[in-house]
Amino acid sequence: MSTTLLKTIQLNQFSLLGTALIRRRSNNVSVRCCGSQTATTHEAKQTSPSRVAPKNHKSNKLDEILRDYEAVIGIETHVQLSTLTKAFCSCSNNYGSYPNTSICPVCMGLPGALPVLNSKVVEFGVRLGLALNCELSLKSKFDRKQYFYPDLPKGYQISQFDIPIASGGYVDLDIYVVQVDLNRAGVPLLEIVSEPDMRSGVEAAEYACEMQRIARYLGVSNGNMQEGSLRCDVNISIRPIGQAEFGTKVEIKNLNAFSAMSRAIDFEISRQALLYDQGKADQIVTETRLWDEGAQKTVTMRKKEGLADYRYFPEPDLPEVILTQEYVDSIRASLPELPEAKRRRYEAMGLGMQDVLFLANDVSVAEYFDAVIGKGAEVKLAANWIMGDIAAYLKNEKLSINDMKLTTQELAELIAAIKDGTISGKIGKEILFELLAKGGTVKGMIKEKDLVQITDPAEIEKMVIKVVSENQKQLEQYRSGKTKLQGYFAGQVMKMSKGKANPGLLNKILLEKLNAKD
Amino acid sequence: MLSTLQPPRSLSLLPLRRFQSSKHIVSAASSSSTAPVTSPPQSQILTTRRSLLSGETTAVEIAKSYLSRIRLTEPQLKCFLHVSENVLKDAQEVDQRIAKGEELGPLAGVLIGVKDNICTEGMPSTAASRILEHYRPPFDATAIKKIKDLGGIVVGKTNMDEFGMGSTTEASAFQVTANPWDLTRVPGGSSGGSAAAVAARQCMVSLGSDTGGSVRQPASFCGVVGLKPTYGRVSRFGLMAYASSLDVIGCFGSTVADAGMLLHAISGYDRFDSTSSKQDVPEFQSQFLSVDHFECKPLKGVKVGIICETLEDGVDSGVRSATQEAASHLEALGCVLTEVSLPSFSLGLPAYYVIASSESSSNLSRYDGVRYGNQVMAEELNKLYECSRGEGFGGEVKMRILMGTYALSAGYYDAYYKRAQQVRTLIQKDFKAALEQNDILISPAAPSAAYKIGEKKDDPLAMYAGDIMTVNVNLAGLPAVVLPCGLVEGGPSGLPVGLQMIGAAFDEEKLLKVGHIFEQTLKGSSFVPPLLANVA
Repeated sequence: MSTTLLKTIQLNQFSLLGTALIRRRSNNVSVRCCGSQTATTHEAKQTSPSRVAPKNHKSNKLDEILRDYEAVIGIETHVQLSTLTKAFCSCSNNYGSYPNTSICPVCMGLPGALPVLNSKVVEFGVRLGLALNCELSLKSKFDRKQYFYPDLPKGYQISQFDIPIASGGYVDLDIYVVQVDLNRAGVPLLEIVSEPDMRSGVEAAEYACEMQRIARYLGVSNGNMQEGSLRCDVNISIRPIGQAEFGTKVEIKNLNAFSAMSRAIDFEISRQALLYDQGKADQIVTETRLWDEGAQKTVTMRKKEGLADYRYFPEPDLPEVILTQEYVDSIRASLPELPEAKRRRYEAMGLGMQDVLFLANDVSVAEYFDAVIGKGAEVKLAANWIMGDIAAYLKNEKLSINDMKLTTQELAELIAAIKDGTISGKIGKEILFELLAKGGTVKGMIKEKDLVQITDPAEIEKMVIKVVSENQKQLEQYRSGKTKLQGYFAGQVMKMSKGKANPGLLNKILLEKLNAKD
Repeated sequence: MLSTLQPPRSLSLLPLRRFQSSKHIVSAASSSSTAPVTSPPQSQILTTRRSLLSGETTAVEIAKSYLSRIRLTEPQLKCFLHVSENVLKDAQEVDQRIAKGEELGPLAGVLIGVKDNICTEGMPSTAASRILEHYRPPFDATAIKKIKDLGGIVVGKTNMDEFGMGSTTEASAFQVTANPWDLTRVPGGSSGGSAAAVAARQCMVSLGSDTGGSVRQPASFCGVVGLKPTYGRVSRFGLMAYASSLDVIGCFGSTVADAGMLLHAISGYDRFDSTSSKQDVPEFQSQFLSVDHFECKPLKGVKVGIICETLEDGVDSGVRSATQEAASHLEALGCVLTEVSLPSFSLGLPAYYVIASSESSSNLSRYDGVRYGNQVMAEELNKLYECSRGEGFGGEVKMRILMGTYALSAGYYDAYYKRAQQVRTLIQKDFKAALEQNDILISPAAPSAAYKIGEKKDDPLAMYAGDIMTVNVNLAGLPAVVLPCGLVEGGPSGLPVGLQMIGAAFDEEKLLKVGHIFEQTLKGSSFVPPLLANVA
């Protein structure tokens, strides 16, 4: 996922995450107050004016039209939880198992069967709620949402309607998260609903991306969009700038990548803005639209005729969910460092923003990085190795960092060996690829291949004298002014040392000998 | 048919004593000096156990006698929708255990009728609905599992109003059950089959379910004991939901002791029902002393509140006087009697019908014809739902689904469902206050004795009104027991009337104690229907 984020930043220069970091750096706090788009834009302009440059894939005319309208975007994120069992029975919760193999009287909705809440679902809800800075409801309840559908055996979904387990939260994108719901019978699901606070596709995509990161950091979900473990439905309307009331809201579904989400929203904004501009605002109707990836546009899926009446009422088969403060506190204490805190910490270590975003994006990468520096490796060097050769190797081999043979211990040793001069950087790189491919230890590799750098001046001097004496012709040319030949001599000595001579020492001694008046 | 019956040997185990009928008011009271002296009714469960352990008879013998009585009486009564093929086999197993000297469960050899909305593995369980015709569940309800573990034998599945919706058992999709006291009358409902089966001694005890009085009212109509436990006392797992926040599985017996011992067997926390309670289940049996052990004022100091709203207009005079005489009997036993007013009493009935219908509209959504039960083939999904449900559900069920759907609809929710819940809170408060002043509360179980089959069929409101005595107890989640306290005129030999005793939450023990002493000391009548007396 790291690439997605970097791509996002490169393609769309209006990243809210970027501005958030910059704001914080300039000690411009009050994160929640900056919820409105104008403030954020303003901030972005001040720090980096080039960021508001018009997007090049749109015509100037459209840009002009767009300037008169403001988009209002809210996102409903469904996070499928990676609990072992389903939400209301003890059947296993496996993605991709054969149809109807994980069923029992409860999830079949047989007569007389009753739901029993999986306590893990509550725990995950609390974890996510705390991670999103929500207010937790120590007393919440379940409700029945009623409609007929073939995959809904009981004719109702067990969900939380008016008292979600957590509400009033926010993420550090300056976006309000209204509530986290425990949702749906069978497969456990958390629903995160945002306020209609977002104004652009990029912003929305970054919000969704942060949700994925948080879910993965917390270990509550694998967050895979392709599997449907993370699903985002977008509600979007536009209104002329200055108008207080919202325009007609359209829902977009079928967004299975963050980039698609960003493009779908931008398309929808343009579509609606054009209709407004042409005086056809009445053609914007309450409907569900699908993102057509092939055609790169949204198409009507179904028009809603009035609001569906789900006849919510409290689920009588489940008691209220009562949480004690101690329980909440214990979960709070067990929360891992979250993406935002991690980014800030990396930033404080002196890493550049690109490094920070890369490393903190994937929890496995971040954990790997933390382990390496925990073993004493220098921060910047560790970051460079991970983001450079290691990332390239993983990408090539299509491996995840967790499957890699190079342990954090060995990477730390490798970095230390280069830093203290035991081996040269060049040899370090060779060793790295060996370790990546075969595993093993840095010490073993150095010993086995006799790779320890030669740092004994006497030994280097011996080699220098030998090379100089064997190349009298070149020596004369050098001494007559062709000083470029120093490189030739250095190369010969390095060759003789099989690449192990310390380059600094080598050059120092070589110069002495070349310039000696003997 | 009846005259050909050879009384089986084990019939002698049964307290088949006939009420000595008289032409006029036939309510019984301790003060009546003219009433003949009859011995108090005996527990079927304890009698069975004694005779099995002493070797006086065998479980197979007992089972045979009951089965033959079912064969004889069932054509008229129609209590059962299904009689188990395994009764004799199950009884044989009990006898084998006895022969091997193995330990016997407390319900060993006890023949138990089960209301058809309680799931029994592999045995038809239809809730008397066409939509579940031929449905056999793959699991036992928790209550059934407990009964089987304790040696109990399920005799069969008893008739009921479809999904528990009704007060006469006439709303069964399959048959109409007759009242053993008068075959032209209803047995009450919705657990009419279970009540009538115990009254007719087709089984020793039975399970019913009580959402608004469905155990207590038929107990009253059939002259048996009906026990509705505290909400949460018995697991609902395997009980087909009608109104989940009100439903409880209840017990019928011909004595308080039998109902109490059956309740003990099925009570307790169940991890498959989140609404079941972790409260301890006391050993009720110690309450069931025999009469010779009673002190002269065995209920001395027990505070009894008689709910004055239950004796107002609309209650039959015979019922009222039977209740008053029962109150006098309690006083004679040492109880301190006071009148208690529950101001919210009359609000309960409408609140009940709103809440129960609302929940049922949701609970019955699962019967869509897709996975099990009656499916009507259709070309299109919505049509399949429509036809399967349209043909599968009876009129009363459809009416309640519609009422509930309406009450929960946007714009009506506040006026109906929410308001009903507020009333429910009021009722709970009133009961709580009354039960802080009193140990138990008493009232009639129903405003009248059993009425004629068909009498209220076209007047649902009149039928609903008959639930006024019982629904409030469900709204408050309290335990209550109904036991026969007298007879009123009607039928060939009078019709039984039940007294309702209401207790504090999870205090079934006190109810059973008072109920047992009341029953064992009530002189003048024994509640065996005339049908049985003829058979015997």
